[in-house]
Amino acid sequence: MSSRRIFARPARFAAIAPYVWMVLLFLVPFGFVLKISLSQTAIAQPPYEPVFDLTAGWEALKAAFAALSIDNFRLLGSDDLYVFAYVRSLTVALTATALLLLIGYPIAYGMARLPKRWQAVAMVLVIVPFWTSFLIRIYAWINILQHDGLLNQILLALHLVSQPVVWLSTDTAMYIGIVYSYLPFMILPLYATLAKMEPVLEEAASDLGAPPWQVFWLVTFPLSLPGVGAGVLLCFIPIVGEFVIPDLLAGSNSLMIGQTLWLEFFTNKDWPVASAAAIVLLVVLLVPLLLYERLQKRQLEQGR
Amino acid sequence: MTDELPRTEAAADALPVAGQPLLRIEGVAKTFGTFRAVDGVSLDIKAGEFFALLGPSGCGKTTLLRMLAGFEAPDEGRILLDGKDIAQALPHERPINMMFQNYALFPHLSVRDNVAFGLKRAGMARADIATRVDEMVALVKLEGLEKRKPDQLSGGQRQRVALARALARRPKLLLLDEPLAALDKKLRENTQGELMELQRRLGMTFIIVTHDQEEAMTMASRIGVMKAGKLAQVAIPRELYEAPRSRWIAEFVGDINLFDGESKLRDGHRLVIGTRDAGALVVAEPREPLGAGKFSVAIRPEKVKLSRRGPVSEAGRETAINRLDGVIADICYLGGTTTYKVKLDTGGMVQASVANSARLDVDAYSLNQHVVAWFTPDDCVVLPS
Repeated sequence: MSSRRIFARPARFAAIAPYVWMVLLFLVPFGFVLKISLSQTAIAQPPYEPVFDLTAGWEALKAAFAALSIDNFRLLGSDDLYVFAYVRSLTVALTATALLLLIGYPIAYGMARLPKRWQAVAMVLVIVPFWTSFLIRIYAWINILQHDGLLNQILLALHLVSQPVVWLSTDTAMYIGIVYSYLPFMILPLYATLAKMEPVLEEAASDLGAPPWQVFWLVTFPLSLPGVGAGVLLCFIPIVGEFVIPDLLAGSNSLMIGQTLWLEFFTNKDWPVASAAAIVLLVVLLVPLLLYERLQKRQLEQGR
Repeated sequence: MTDELPRTEAAADALPVAGQPLLRIEGVAKTFGTFRAVDGVSLDIKAGEFFALLGPSGCGKTTLLRMLAGFEAPDEGRILLDGKDIAQALPHERPINMMFQNYALFPHLSVRDNVAFGLKRAGMARADIATRVDEMVALVKLEGLEKRKPDQLSGGQRQRVALARALARRPKLLLLDEPLAALDKKLRENTQGELMELQRRLGMTFIIVTHDQEEAMTMASRIGVMKAGKLAQVAIPRELYEAPRSRWIAEFVGDINLFDGESKLRDGHRLVIGTRDAGALVVAEPREPLGAGKFSVAIRPEKVKLSRRGPVSEAGRETAINRLDGVIADICYLGGTTTYKVKLDTGGMVQASVANSARLDVDAYSLNQHVVAWFTPDDCVVLPS
C-alpha cells in the first residue's frame, strides 16, 4: 500500500505528460489544418472561409459547420499536378532511401566492427556535419556541383570528361543532396543494432559452413532488421515531405509534394488546398509507420 | 538404443591411417601485438579421443581452439587434419564444428532451424535434413521444443541445442569452448556424464577447453595443461594428478601441500629431503633426476593421514614413514570429506583431507587437538620449482 502511494502523484503526472504534449503540439494544430482543408479559399484575412467565430453564437457556428466541404480533397484527386507530385515524392523517397541503405549499411557495419575507442571517433565524424547549418551545407553542394565547380574541375583534370557536365538542376544533384543530408539518420540506428549484435553469431554461422555472403544474408542482415526499419523510416518519412533540397538542387519541371505545398501556400495563397495536400501526405506516411509498428510488435511477441 | 545409432561417417573416415593421428598440431604460434598468446604448441590427437585443454584464463587455450576452428590463423606452424594442412583454411571450409561458450544460437531462428543451419549449408536434401534434425533433437532430448526460439528455452535446453547444432554435420572433430560454464553445478555434473556418453556412442573426437580442472578430469581421456601459451604437460588424468611435472601444475590441478626443499641426501634407494617447514622427509626416487635448481616436496591432502598417536610400524628404512607432529589449526567440513589444517611443530602447515566415512563423528578431531600427520614416501613427489 505504502509503496503504491510513493508513486501515485508524480507517476500519474509523468504518465499524462506525453499525452498533454501530443494534444498541444500535434492534435490541436492538426485540427486547425484539418479545418482549413475543409474550407474554401477567400480573399480575406485569414484567406479562407468559413471562419469559426465563437462569439457569434450557436446558429453562426452551425452555419459555419455546414459550409465545410471535402471539395479540396476531390480537387487533389482530380488534378494530375497533385497526383504526380505525390508519386514523384514517393519515388524520390524510395530511391533515396534505397541508396541510403546501400551506402549507410556498409559504413555502419564497418563502424560497429572497429575497436571500441575508434567507434567513438567514427561516431563523431558522422555527427560533425550537424555542427554546420543544413542550408549552408546544401549551398556548399551548389558550389561543388555548379558549371565550374569542384566536381567538374576534378573530372576535367582527370580527363574523365572533355567538357563540364551539367549537375545542377538535375535529379542526380538532388539525390546527392538528399543522400548526403540524411546519411547520419540511416547510419546511427543501423550502427546501434549492429554494435549490439554479438560477432560470435557470425563466427557460429561460418563454423557451420556458411561462406561470408551467406553469413551476412542469413545472420547479420536478419538480426539488423530493427535498425534497418528505424533507419528507413527516419529517412523515408522526412524525404517524402522534403522541400529545400529538391528546390535548390533539382530542376523545376517536376515538383515534389513539399514544393507543391509551398507553392499553394505562398504563391497561390490557397491555404485550404495546401492543407488538404498536407493531410493526405500525413495519411500516406502513416502506412509505413503502421507497418513498422506491426513488425516490431511481432518481434516482441516472438521474443517472449 | 546405443547400438541402433549409426556410427558417424566422420568417425568412419577418421579411422587412423597406420597410426597417423586425426589431428596434428605442429609448432603452432599466435601473437597479438606483442603478446604471444600461443607459443609453439605441438600436439597429436587420435581419432575418438576426448581431449581437454586445461589452463587458467589467458593461457592461450581458447586461442588455440579458435585456430583449430579457423577463426584465427596461426602465425607459425601447421595444423594437420588427416594429414592435410588446414592452418590457413577458412572456418566454413573445415570439417570441424564448434560449440561456443555462450552457445551463440541464432536468436531469430527456431530450434529446428538452428540445428538445420549447418545441414542446409552443406547442401543436404530437404528430406535428409528433416531426418537428421529429428535424430539430433532426439539425441539431446529436446523433442517437442523444435519450434521454440532460443530465448524461450532454459539455459540447459539452450546448451543442448548448441550441442545438437554442432553435432548435426557429424564433424570429424568437435570443439567445445567451456561448454558447461553457464550451467549450475548439478546440471553441469549431469551434462558432463551425458557428453561423455554421447562422445562414446558417436565415436567422435572431442576437444574441450575448460578452466575447471575437475571438469577436465571427469570427462577427458587425456588432458593438456597450458600455461602462458605453452603446453606444460599432456597426460591422462591420473598421471596429471599423481605425477605432475612441475610445481605449478601440481598447484593448478587440485589441492596440494608443498614443502620447499633445502637439502637432499641419498639414503639407499630412498631420497631424504630436508625442508624448512617440515623437517626431513623421505621421498620416492623422482622419475627424472633432480637438477640443480630449487625443488619442493608435494603431497596431496587426501594422502595425508591423521592419527592421535604416530603409526606403529616405523623404524626400519624399508617401511619408513614421514610423521609430522602438530595441532589442528582449522577444520573445514565439506560433507563428504573434512579438511583439517595442521600447524606443525616444525613451523609449517599441512592440509589433510579425511573422508567422513561414518555419520557419527566419533573420529573427528577438534581444534587445538594434538595430532600426528603421516604419509608414505610413495605418496609424495619431488617437483622442480
